[in-house]
Amino acid sequence: MHTFDIGRRDALRSGANFALVAAAISAGVLPTSAFADWNKAAFDAKSLNDVVKAFGGSSVDKSGDITITAPDIAENGAVVPIAIASKIPNTESIAILVEKNPNALAAQFDIPSGTEPNVGTRVKMGQSSNVFAVVKAGGKYYVATKEVKVTLGGCGG
Amino acid sequence: MADPMRIRAQLKDGGVTEVRVLMAHIMETGQRKDGSGKIVPAHHIQNVTATWNGKTVLTAQFGPAVSQNPVMNFSFKGGAKGDKVSVSWSDNKGDKRTDEATIS
Amino acid sequence: MKSQTIVTLAAAVVLPFAMLAHADDTQKEIERYRQMIADGNPAELLEMRGEELWKQKRGPKNATLETCDLGLGAGKVQGVNAVLPRYFADVDRVMDLESRLVHCENTLQGFSMAELTKNPHSMKAGERQTDHEALVAYIVGQSRGAKVDLPQTHPKELESYLRGEKMFFFKGGPYDFACATCHGVDGQRIRLQDLPNFQKPDNAQRAFTTWPAYRVSQGAMRTMQWRLLDCFRQQRMPELQFLSQASIDLITYMGVKAKGGVMDAPAIKR
Repeated sequence: MHTFDIGRRDALRSGANFALVAAAISAGVLPTSAFADWNKAAFDAKSLNDVVKAFGGSSVDKSGDITITAPDIAENGAVVPIAIASKIPNTESIAILVEKNPNALAAQFDIPSGTEPNVGTRVKMGQSSNVFAVVKAGGKYYVATKEVKVTLGGCGG
Repeated sequence: MADPMRIRAQLKDGGVTEVRVLMAHIMETGQRKDGSGKIVPAHHIQNVTATWNGKTVLTAQFGPAVSQNPVMNFSFKGGAKGDKVSVSWSDNKGDKRTDEATIS
Repeated sequence: MKSQTIVTLAAAVVLPFAMLAHADDTQKEIERYRQMIADGNPAELLEMRGEELWKQKRGPKNATLETCDLGLGAGKVQGVNAVLPRYFADVDRVMDLESRLVHCENTLQGFSMAELTKNPHSMKAGERQTDHEALVAYIVGQSRGAKVDLPQTHPKELESYLRGEKMFFFKGGPYDFACATCHGVDGQRIRLQDLPNFQKPDNAQRAFTTWPAYRVSQGAMRTMQWRLLDCFRQQRMPELQFLSQASIDLITYMGVKAKGGVMDAPAIKR
């Protein structure tokens, strides 16, 4: 099990960001709903570590209990089917990240109790890349990786 | 006005309801340039909520990297034939859409 | 230095075999990808929109299309795409699905032909799909599972087939291309797309039964008329006129060749 350390300094910095945002909300600059509903910081993040940080995590562990179902080769990067299943007890959320996209995070799903920790969607991939599945369970973050190659398909019609 | 979603909700063995949602949305990335070289502004769904009998069974946040006409598949325990599953989305321009389907 | 040369040589010998095996795996994996995206075809959204349009009172005559005869009787939608193009006595000619649909919108709803044929296809990326495309999606979707069986009993139906056949093999344009150049021989492909050989029934069936189709790369469902228009463009032929006799005859030719195939459109393609 390998741990990606995010580091205390970064954690402090994200704390500072939070304070800034909180100040902006209280000053009426940002609508509270925008902050509560859509995690802009996570969607702006460029890397796995930064996304996890924006989720509020401090580290992320590799896990063999997460399955990523995706094609090895996608004919068109505009539509890459990805399904993620987690066997980690108390899975609270599942996120799909594409390492080489301009912004890593594609989608994040909150899994209430009673809902299966198994979700599927389709994402865009600008180029061949690792796909990460990030699972939050019991307050901790776990990740699995799968490489997906992308071809651009034929020309014309 | 946003076009309707296509929602299929099916009761499977073991009392699990499988839900498959297809949403009509351009999911513009904000990275693409138009013919005149200008960036086409991002326009994408941000939030999705699915409920069954008023109980939230899934919430999701989408970024612009979710494919055009998004697909969302999930399943939850419980649910009976005839129950309603409702799905709502809202996008970064304030457009919204809610549709529902009956579990079969 | 010497061992280096040997290794390079060995690699050169081994590589072609490795690449062959790789090409085969790639083809299989692409096939798996195609199956994965088949469920959740965005064309289904357009089918829903088309169904609403079909039932909606529209046009100067404020009428629905529900009495339109698409070839199996007034108002019958199911299975029509498996028997079109066919001869229609009321106009005394062979029509394909899109010609007949436009004819109904013209006669029943009072839209002008100029209006109906001006912009039948959405063109630009992100442009909303046209009402024509939505209606076609709906009608075609109602033929899923129907066996292709174009009537060839009326003399005009046979004539349409024969003209279509002639055109299929007719070479022209700056490249001296015919449809048959790419679609009349085995094993042709453009990058990863295998091209159907229309002289083989299974190939013709696979092609005919999966158009119209949602084009992933364009984010839009494309009709059969659009497909032929694009074929002509790629051949550098003169632009194929929307609903022209030439377009109808080519569809007749392809449909007759695909007899017995099971309709599965709108499909989804790269």
